[in-house]
Amino acid sequence: MATLTATTPKAPPPGILTSRTARKLVVLAVAAAVLVPLAATRWTDGTWPDALTIDLSRPLGDASDWIIDNRDSHPLFLYFFGHVSNAVVIAVRAVYLALLAVGWAGVTAVAGLVAWRVAGAGLALATAAAFVACGLLGMWVPTMQTLALMAVAVAASVVVGTLLGLAAGLSDRMNRALRPVLDTMQVLPAFAYLLPVVLVFGIGVPAAVLATVVYAAPPMARLTALGLRGADKEVLEAVESLGATARQRLLTARLPLARKELLLGLNQTIMMALSMAVIASVIGAGGLGDRVYQALASVDVGAALAAGIPIVLLAVVLDRVTGAAGARLGQPPAPNARALGAYALAAAVAVAVAGRLAGRLEWPDGWVVGIAEPVNRAVDWMTAHLYSGVPVIGGTADWAGHFTTWVLDPLRDGLQWLPWWAVLLIVAALAWPIGTWRTALTAVLAMAAIGVLGVWKPSLDTLSQVLAAVAVTLVIGFATGIAAARSDRFERLLRPVLDVFQTMPQFVYLIPVVALFGVGRAPAVAAAVVYALPAVVRITTQGLRQVDPAALESARSLGASGAQQLRQVQLPLARPALLLAVNQGVVLVLAVVIIGGLVGGGALGYDVVFGLAQGDLATGLVAGAAIVCLGLMLDRVTQPTERRATKGA
Amino acid sequence: MRPRTTTAVAAGSALLLLTGCGAADMTKQASPFANAQGARTVTLSVQSWVGAQANVAVARYLLEHELGYRVDTVQVDEVPAWDALSQGRVDAILEDWGHPEQEQRYVEDKRTIAPGGDLGVTGHIGWFVPTYFAKRHPDVTDWKNLDTYAEQFRTPESGGKGQLMDGSPSYVTNDKALVKNLKLDYQVVFAGSEAAQITQIKQFAKEKKPFLTYWYTPQWLFEKVPMTEVKLPAYQEGCDADPEKVACAYPVTPLQKYLNADFAKDGGDAADFLRKFRWTTEDQNEVSLMIAEQKLPAEEAAKKWVDSHESVWNKWLP
Repeated sequence: MATLTATTPKAPPPGILTSRTARKLVVLAVAAAVLVPLAATRWTDGTWPDALTIDLSRPLGDASDWIIDNRDSHPLFLYFFGHVSNAVVIAVRAVYLALLAVGWAGVTAVAGLVAWRVAGAGLALATAAAFVACGLLGMWVPTMQTLALMAVAVAASVVVGTLLGLAAGLSDRMNRALRPVLDTMQVLPAFAYLLPVVLVFGIGVPAAVLATVVYAAPPMARLTALGLRGADKEVLEAVESLGATARQRLLTARLPLARKELLLGLNQTIMMALSMAVIASVIGAGGLGDRVYQALASVDVGAALAAGIPIVLLAVVLDRVTGAAGARLGQPPAPNARALGAYALAAAVAVAVAGRLAGRLEWPDGWVVGIAEPVNRAVDWMTAHLYSGVPVIGGTADWAGHFTTWVLDPLRDGLQWLPWWAVLLIVAALAWPIGTWRTALTAVLAMAAIGVLGVWKPSLDTLSQVLAAVAVTLVIGFATGIAAARSDRFERLLRPVLDVFQTMPQFVYLIPVVALFGVGRAPAVAAAVVYALPAVVRITTQGLRQVDPAALESARSLGASGAQQLRQVQLPLARPALLLAVNQGVVLVLAVVIIGGLVGGGALGYDVVFGLAQGDLATGLVAGAAIVCLGLMLDRVTQPTERRATKGA
Repeated sequence: MRPRTTTAVAAGSALLLLTGCGAADMTKQASPFANAQGARTVTLSVQSWVGAQANVAVARYLLEHELGYRVDTVQVDEVPAWDALSQGRVDAILEDWGHPEQEQRYVEDKRTIAPGGDLGVTGHIGWFVPTYFAKRHPDVTDWKNLDTYAEQFRTPESGGKGQLMDGSPSYVTNDKALVKNLKLDYQVVFAGSEAAQITQIKQFAKEKKPFLTYWYTPQWLFEKVPMTEVKLPAYQEGCDADPEKVACAYPVTPLQKYLNADFAKDGGDAADFLRKFRWTTEDQNEVSLMIAEQKLPAEEAAKKWVDSHESVWNKWLP
């Protein structure tokens, strides 16, 4: 099938086919007409033919056994992985001990001070309040553990990302080699990174930190490269004409000019590291994520929330502070900045020392506010009243049942009923018109790889869930986005809600989702919708608001009603943003597939969870690889390539 | 010139640090959060079910208040926990449901894990229906009659068959093979996690709906939702040897403790205490119920139990 999309388009008969899309589709149809009868006679059964699969479970199982047997004796482990692991342990430990030694008062004061210097007084107060809230929730020590792990992971990600970004920014060849890799890494769900590191490093903090670095470094690399490449040519020429060496040019002109991108990269790296630090609790990262995960075991939403809120607070504060730092770049510093900084530093040190002398390093037990109980009561009430028997509209369980029988089942059965070559053809037909033959080929190959891995059926099951979830997300997301774009008040109200849903660890809402929708694929879809919705709403709102006001004004002067303006001006003009929203929706929904495995979603998500839980890396890795392939395919099918081609390089 | 020299020195010393001090065995590396600020720390593995949390809560309380240790807990699934235990990332597993393959590898072959004796609790896995349903239909408790009730156990997920709900992927289960080999008109639906399974069972129970589920004793949920076991063909030694051909019930397992081998040797009082730790199913359930049903923090539940059972735990102290 691979050759199918690679066939060079023939010149169309003039006059008949003017549109490029139609031309591409005709080429596909011709290729299909030749190849499909061949495939259909060779393999009469519709599912992926056994002859074309490779069974990886034996070699993967052997590899995993070999690693376990040789981990304490083989030089590769003793002299390389052992040191890597050791360095991680020492670094995390150093940061953790430092945080404990400074004490809660000191940490809060220093965090507030840093926020004040880079982002202003308001955010400084918010930062300090966030840390106090972590203590009040009784989560001080886990927060410090997560913070220590994050600090090390972010530092390593920034170093790795900057180095890769420098390489890609300075060398065209490196850039060409790295871009597709980094692009792909952005699409992969976080869970996919866990299995390989666990295989090598075993359960524990080193594996968690390394998975986090692999997950969080790509945005830094991308944005560094982008910043270096986007530098003003004239400035560079001017510097060159002054006789600066290559290194001077880099340090004095190119890097400072790329400051904005570098900070944005740091911001994204921090956010991704935080979300990964939570997910990595599945492989023994400890800290806040572990508390959430443990609370889940006793079906205690309140306790999970108590550990989830510090994560949300940390995320919001870190995001706003780094964001504000980026916005303040280039402004002249206040005249007495230095003196003020010194005073503040002295004050922070004084607070830390006072805390130490008073013997109050640990958060006092008496100052803990229990939120678990009221939250649990609220959740119980909600689920008891909404689950079933609500008059007229029926309970949530009934909806879930209908959704499963009327949407998910037909979708899954339909996809699995389609012959495999038809699926590949559809993928090609979707990907080619909006992209190049290259992206279409990637999409088709990714889909074919799933068949080769021998997980065709479960993958289509997962695909059906993803499609259903994306559809629901887009309907709700576009509607909310449009409402937010039209009303400032609504947008202001919405913003904190979106923040919370975007940063809240997904584990927290597993139980409410099951309590409302029962076990099965419906709650998995619900969890995915909750996770993907904020990004879709945001992008839609932003896209609609950026529509040229002049165009709107002229529509209004022509007497267009609100609905007409929306339909005929705003939506068409915001088309690129809406397409981006679709793409992001797909990628995010796929990222939650594995979480869906925890609530009965089955298919690939369950296989990955099974692989992690049973140490059966063959099952887990194959399912993880299939999710990655699905991600690649869906990304290529939903991402117009023209845009990407003009963006960088 | 200066910065270059500094860089060279830094790079050189980093290299020295990495290679100069020779081999680094990562199977001997503890958690970075262990032993902070000079405290003696024990790291315990908590599995995801509440019974295991109860063990750990009580052991932790006594280690902290009677023996002066600091206790860290890590939640890891069963099989990975064996691996973590062998590497010393955790010091002890307090409740193991039988993993012959891992036992062979780590205890017999590699000797990195040492057995820690009986927990005192016996575990049993089986298929259960709610007691309110079993009372109305007493014959449902024999597997031969299950098919006649398949229709009542149907859900949107089970696709026209009856639903047999399984839980976390980390648990020992032969259910798929059982359904196939006993030729039952049922579909195994994996809830994916115990939290999801318990939530679903509670929702069913609230409405007095019939359901069939994989479950195990001891488990606190029985106090909340009484359930009756469905009799499967009796267990005989070795009838579950071939996972594909299993057609018999699950065995009764005396739950075991395991310690990291080095910890068992040099763990001092803590290792001694954990080896002696041994209580009954009722004790465990009492604590589990406080944690899961009354939503007490694990520490408080442990304190309540410890305060009222001094004669039991006094024997565990070294």
